[in-house]
Order: sequence, then structure tokens, then C-alpha cells
Amino acid sequence: MVPLSWYLVVAALLFGIGVYGVLARRNAVAILIGLELMFNAVLINVVAFWRYLHPAQVPGLVFAVVIFAVAAAEVAVGLALFIAVYRRFGSSDVDDINLLKW
Amino acid sequence: MVTTFVFVVAAAVLLVAALIAVLKNNLVHAAMGLVVSLFGTAVLFVLLEAYFLAVAQVVIYVGAIAILIVFSIMLTRRVGAQWGNQTNPTWPFALLAAGVLTVLFALMVRGWNPDQALPAAEAVPGDVTARLGAALVNPGGYVVPFEVASVLLLAALIGAVYVAWGGRKAEKSTQR
Amino acid sequence: METKILWLLPLFPLVAFAFIVLFAHRNRALSHTLAILAVVLSWAGSMFLFWRALQVGAAHLAEEPFHSTVAWLPIGKGFFRLGVQLDPLAAVVLFFVAWTIVMIFVYSVGYHNYGAPEGDHDEKGLPPHGATVEHHGHKHKVPSIEPMYSRFFAFVSLFAFGMYLLVVSDNLLTLFAGWEIMGLCSFLLIGFWFKKPSARDAAIKAFMTTRVGDVFMLLGLAYLYTQVGSLSYADIFNPETLHHLATTAAPALGMSAAGLIGLLLFIGTVGKSAQWPLHVWLPDAMEGPTPVSAMIHAATMVSAGVYLVIRIFPLLAAAGHEAAFASPMPIIAFIGAFTALFAATIAVAQNDIKRVLAYSTISQLGYMVAAVGIGAYVAAAFHLVTHAFFKALLFLGSGSVIHGMEHGVLHTGEHVDPQDMYNMGGLKAKMPITFWTFLIGGFALSGFPVLTAGFWSKDEILAEAYGLGHGGVFWTLAIAAFLTAFYTMRQITLTFLGKPRTEAAVHAHETPLTMTGPLMVLAVFAVAFGWVGVPEHFPVLGGLLPKWFQPWVAATFEGLLPEHGELEFSYFPLLVSISVALGGLLVGWLVYRGVQRADQPDPLEGVLGPLYGVLENKYYFDELYTYLLVKPAYWLGAVFTFRWMDRGVIDRILHTVAYFSWRLGNFLRNRIDLPIVNGLGDAVAEGTKGAGRLLRVVQSGRVQHYMLLALVNATALLALVYYFVTRS
Repeated sequence: MVPLSWYLVVAALLFGIGVYGVLARRNAVAILIGLELMFNAVLINVVAFWRYLHPAQVPGLVFAVVIFAVAAAEVAVGLALFIAVYRRFGSSDVDDINLLKW
Repeated sequence: MVTTFVFVVAAAVLLVAALIAVLKNNLVHAAMGLVVSLFGTAVLFVLLEAYFLAVAQVVIYVGAIAILIVFSIMLTRRVGAQWGNQTNPTWPFALLAAGVLTVLFALMVRGWNPDQALPAAEAVPGDVTARLGAALVNPGGYVVPFEVASVLLLAALIGAVYVAWGGRKAEKSTQR
Repeated sequence: METKILWLLPLFPLVAFAFIVLFAHRNRALSHTLAILAVVLSWAGSMFLFWRALQVGAAHLAEEPFHSTVAWLPIGKGFFRLGVQLDPLAAVVLFFVAWTIVMIFVYSVGYHNYGAPEGDHDEKGLPPHGATVEHHGHKHKVPSIEPMYSRFFAFVSLFAFGMYLLVVSDNLLTLFAGWEIMGLCSFLLIGFWFKKPSARDAAIKAFMTTRVGDVFMLLGLAYLYTQVGSLSYADIFNPETLHHLATTAAPALGMSAAGLIGLLLFIGTVGKSAQWPLHVWLPDAMEGPTPVSAMIHAATMVSAGVYLVIRIFPLLAAAGHEAAFASPMPIIAFIGAFTALFAATIAVAQNDIKRVLAYSTISQLGYMVAAVGIGAYVAAAFHLVTHAFFKALLFLGSGSVIHGMEHGVLHTGEHVDPQDMYNMGGLKAKMPITFWTFLIGGFALSGFPVLTAGFWSKDEILAEAYGLGHGGVFWTLAIAAFLTAFYTMRQITLTFLGKPRTEAAVHAHETPLTMTGPLMVLAVFAVAFGWVGVPEHFPVLGGLLPKWFQPWVAATFEGLLPEHGELEFSYFPLLVSISVALGGLLVGWLVYRGVQRADQPDPLEGVLGPLYGVLENKYYFDELYTYLLVKPAYWLGAVFTFRWMDRGVIDRILHTVAYFSWRLGNFLRNRIDLPIVNGLGDAVAEGTKGAGRLLRVVQSGRVQHYMLLALVNATALLALVYYFVTRS
């Protein structure tokens, strides 16, 4: 078996990449891509812990299912918002959406 | 042996695809990278014997979410426009923050050392998926979170429709 | 009953003054009515009291005078009591004061031309100049009414109050109060026509000069009070107190306490009664209207000085009697006699009709003071009363003359001085009543034998001087008597006899009854009053009329004076007195009856040469005082205190303080306030602005920045928690 720590490290790396994607990308959709990568990292973590700690029990998997649902919902709403914002500002560059500044 | 090899390959693919997803200026390529990384995650799920989740991952993430993302990219792109630089000027700070966070996690993992700390993993029962299904609809189980998640999805659906729909009216009004 | 009236006597004129000033000012008729009514009431009260006093009799009145006091000021365990008193001396003084004041008030109505029209360019503060009236198509000028008519009556009413207060008081403090009130009124009245600079100056001169005397008088009063503990006559004038005062040594001059007090109080008299060396104010006081001159300088104010010195005679006599100490009496006698001669010599060379009378007053007061100085206080009192009558008569008469002359001046339009005797002449025919009353007054002043009151009183003084062995005083007074008769006849000759020397004199005419009436009344007294004091040994007449006056007055000080025997009667002073009187009158008539023209030089100038100039300029005393006293005082004020001390020192200190304050202020402002305080405030503000500017950057509006920051925070927290968890 692959040691648990390897999974955790992979998840951590994936999470870090996702964080970079969220923070450093211009296009809103690119940010959402990064967000998806973070979700994936979390899922890997959850499932890895389920597998190595309590594989006989279900709650770990339920948690993962719920995360799936939430991630899906969030992406849907986020993209809808992004579409609406794109229509208003005419640009998909989040740096242009800066009205809430001084 | 085999699992280790598969794991390493899957992990490498996963990470490289993720890098592509966040580094490429061409967003379609980035979306493709996302898709590949999602597939990589599914492989990892399989390795972790969470077969249902692997399938769910492919169906939901790749089949729905990634498609959605691609559609958004298409919808929000002016025809014939060039992809500009998609990285904003503060990327060094972002890199630093992400790096610090990752290192922190890694250190935490190292410090805890789960391989020594935890006993050897048990086997996964064969009917785990059935149990999952039963637990999800069992009133004494996890039906409430399940229903709540359903409601959440419903709300998200309505909200998304409304937010994306009303834009046309706004467009009409601004055209006047 | 009598004391109630005594209290009221000063009150009537005071109420008149208050009413006129507060309410009746606008209405001339009401003002003079109130004033005259008040003095008539006081006169009536005085006459009643005099009659009562005669009924009670001198001896009894001296023992128990009409006396009433009130507790005025709480002092220690007791009270300082003030009150009124009528003893024989006060009774005779009250008699002449009441008559002369009433006569003067009535006279003033006519003098100020009541009933005449308002003048053409009259203004308040200047004498009236005349009004133009239409008469059968001719315009001519007539005298106009005095613009400040009511004010005059208010002031003389206040004056009357002061004099009555002085006479009825029973203590030296209210006497001094009345004294000072009269001083104030003389200032107000001499300076009545206040827009004339000469009048203003004369008023100040009068006040200042009498003030000098008053300061010493106050010192005397204070010393007396410390010695006796009271200022009332009853407490001072009793044998025990007098003996104590006469035997206590005073801190100065080798005199007893009585002597020093007497001398100090006498200096008050020197000021008030215009004796040398404080005589300089009285001639200048002629600037006031003539009734004022009559009032102040004949009837009341100057008489107050002599009244005081007679009143304190027991003190002087006690001081003079004690051999161990020096006596003030010789000083008093000297000053009196010297003044009498000195003033008479000056009067000889004066051309203004009122000035002659002014110096005459000074001279006659010298007679009275000299009489007190040699111990003949009764003679002094006698002369005081007779002098008041005939001098008031003379002053009012001169006012009548001036009025007649002014009428002539207005009629002819000539610009002559109506008061200069050389511009007059021949007024006997034009103003007969004035002439005859003036003649009676002048003869009384000269001491015309038997028929005039002045003779009896002057003769008494000369007799006392001779009889008591004061040869120097006797001869001085005799020579002065000669000069008195001389200048009086000079005055009468130049004014009334001969032919008119100017057109104005031609057109003069008699003054109305309001003015001639009082003249006639006073003339009666000027003739008759002497007959109440005929000495028994007088040839023919002695013994026919009772010698009432002298015992009456002498009773006042019964038992208080050192014993001295009756005076031997001698013919010598009588002969001297008659001869100097008649001789002076004759010589005066002879010298001056030849004066024909107004611009003629005085015949005396030829005789006296340069001495005439000295006399005419009053021995240059005014110039001397100006040089010695006035100019240094002015220098002290204008240069020393004002320029050097006030501006030079005090103002310089202030300027320096101000300068340094300004410097300090500037320093504080520029070095501390602006940089530090303002700077601090500004720094806070600027700092806040700068911090804001710096911190604003965080609010970029870009979500990714916010997320980055959140992540950084979360990472930090996570690391912290992890650290603490793993540590434990």
C-alpha cells in the first residue's frame, strides 16, 4: 500500500497549486479552475483518511459525497455570477472589477 | 508494487496537469489541464478503493463541471481576441503564500508522521457502496445532510438561472 | 420752641436751593419766589428769636442758651453730638445776617433785570449784553435779563444755608461745615459767569487761597479735639477746659495748646476774611455779580472769619494770659493792623468802583482782627455788625451805579467800562436815591461822627487800642482811618459829584425799587445801629441812650475771661478819631473835585510819583505769589509729575513691559506655538493622512488581493496553532 503520507503530500501540493491559481490568475474562470483543484485536493485528503482510518464505516464517504454536491453547486452559481458580471463590465479580467476600492 | 507505480504516475499526471491548468494563458488549454487532473484524481480514488467516488468524480466533475467551465470560457470570449497574459502582477506574492502554505502542510504531515502513528489499514468491506447508499437514505443515518445537499443544489440551480438570466434585461436597459 | 425755630433757620434756604435746582429751574418767577420766601421765613424766625432773646435777657441767655443737640455719630461709648445754640453773641450776629441776606435777595431780583427781555446774543455763562427793543419806531438797546437767573438764586440760597448753619451751630464742626459750604458757594458765585476766563480764574484763586487757611483751621480743630475730646462750645468754653488748654504745652512755637489752637484757627480767619498774606482773592472776587460781592464780602462770608475769632476769644485770652507760654494775640493784632493800613493804601489808587470797596473790606476786617488781637472783642463784634450793614449798603449801591451806567452804555453804544469811576461823574442828579444811600454808607465807613454807626464802632476800637496801651496799633489804625475817609470821599466825588465825564454817564438813570428799596433799609441800619452802643462817658450823648450792645455781647463769655478792669475814658482817641474822619473826607473832596475828564491822570500820581504805580499794582503781591507759588506748583504738575514721572517713568515702564510682552508673545508664537503645537497637530493630521495613503493601497478593490491577505493571515494562524499544539 502507498503510505498515507504520500497521499497527504500529493493533496497538499495540489492544494498549493490550486491556491496559486486562485490568487494569481486574471480571468475569473481561471480562478474557478484553481478553486476546483483545491476541492479536488480536499477530496483526496478526505478519502485517503477514510481509507486508512475507518474504511469499514460510511461517514467518510458521505462527507465526500456532500463535498461533491457543494462543489458542484458552488461552481454553478459562481459561473452564473461570472456571466452576469461579464455582461456588466464587459471584461472577464477580475482586476477590472474594482469598484469596492477607496 | 503495481499500486505504487500507478500511484506515482497518477500523481505526476495529476500535478503536471494542475500546473498546466494554472499556468497556461490559453484558458482552453487550462481547462483541458483541469480535466486531466480531474481524471488523475479519479485514478487516485480507484487506488483508494473508493470506486463509487471515482465514478462520481468522472461523471460530476469532468462530465458537468469541467464542461461548464469550458462553456463559460467560450461564452466570455470575444471572437478572434487573443489570450492576453492571464497572470496578474502580484503572482510572486501568491506563489510565496501558496508555497508557504504547502510547506507548512508538508511539515505538519512530517511532524505527525502518519505512517508510524497509525496502525495498518483494514480492508474495505465489499458492500461499502451499498452501505453508502443505505446510509444516505436512512432516517437514522445521513438522510438529512443528503436532503440538505439536495436543497442546496436546488437553490444553486435557481440562483444561477436567475443571476444569469436577468442579465439580458439589464443589457436591454443599458442599450437604451 | 425756640430751638425748633433754630433748627429750621438754615433749612428754609436749603430747601429752596433743592427745589430750585430740581424742579423750579425753568421758571424764573418761581425760582426767585422760592428763594425770597425761604430767606423771609428765616428772617422772620431770626427776628422772633432775637425778640425772645431780648426777653430772656443776656445773663440768663449766656447761662442757658437756647440749645438743642442730636446724637449724630456713635464714638466709643458715647456719641458725637451736633446741635444748635443761640447765645447773646450769636443773637446779634443772627440779627444782621438775617437782614442783610433778605435785602440782598430782594436786590438781586432787580439787579438781574427780572422782567427785561431776553438779550440779543446772551449766552449762559456770560453777563447779559442787552436786548434791542422797538419803541415808537426807534430801536434801542435795553438791559436784558440774566440768562442763568434761576441758577443764581439757587446758589445764593445754598450760600444762605451755609451762613445760617454757621451762626446757629453749637459746635466747631458744623461751623466748619457751614464755612466750607460758603467757600464752595463763593467759588460757584465768583465764577458765575463761567465763560469769562477772568471769572473762572478768580473763582479758583478764591477757593485755593481760602483753602490754605482752611487746612490750618482743620489742623487746629483736630488738635483741639484731641485735647478736649469734643468740639462743642459747651465743652470747650468752660473754665476747667480753658485752664487745661492754657497750661498744656503745645508741640511747637513755644505756645500753650490754647495758643497754638487759637493761632491755627486764626489762620482760617486770615484766609476767609482776606487778611494779609491771604488777601489776594478778595479783589479778584469782584468778578462775580454785585449781589454776590455784597453777600460774600460784606454781610456773610468774610464776617464768618471774624465771628470765628470772636467765638474762640476765651481760648485766645486764656492763652494770652498764661505767662509761661507765648501768646498768639500779638500776632493777631499785628496782622490785623498791618492789613488795615496795607489795604487802605492800595484802595487809594484803584479806579474800579468795586475794587475800592473790596480793599476797603479787607481794611475794615483788619480793624476787627486787630481789635480781637488787643483783647477788645466786644468792639470787634460791634464793628462787625455795623460794617456788615454799611458795607452791604455800599456794595449794593455800587451795583446800582453800575446798573445805571450800563443803561447809559447801552443807550449810547459807547464802549466804556461802566465800572470805572473816571467814566462816571454827576450821577447825583441822575440817581438821587442811590446817591444819598451811598453817601450815608460812605460816611459810616469813614466814621463820620455821631450820625453814622461806623463812627461808634470804629471809635470804640481806637479807644480800646489807646486805653490798653497798644500805641503801635492805635496809630496804625488811625492812619488807616484817615486813608479810609480819603478814598471813600474820592470814590463819592468821582462817582456822583461834578459833571458827567462820558456820554454814558449822561444817560444813566435811577434803578428800580427792587434795588433802591434794600438800599434805603440798609441805610437806616447804617445810621441807627451805632446808637445801641454809645459809651456812657461820651460828652453830651453818653447816658442818654443805654449802652446796650457791649454788655449784651460781653455776657456771652461771662466768667470765662481773665479779669481786667474797666477802661478809663480818654478824650484823645475820640479827638483823633473825629479829626481823621473829617480830615480825610475833606482832603478827598478837595483833591478830586477838580477831575474833569475821564482820561485825566489821577491827581495822586503827581504827588506820589512811582509809589502810585506800586499802589495801583497792589504792591505786586499777585505777581509775587504767581512767581513763588503758582508757577512752581504748575511746574510740579505739568513738568515734574506729568512729563517726568508719569510719562517718563511710569509710561516708560509700561512701554518696556509692553515691549517685552510683545517680544515674549512673538517668541511663544513663532518658536513654540507654531512649530510645536501647530506642528504637533499638523503632524498628527499629516501622519494620519500619510498612514491612510499608505494603507489605502490595501483596499484595491481586487478580490484576489483580499484573498491573498486572508490566506496569509490564515496561514499564520495555522502555523501558530500548530506550533502550540505540537509543543504541548
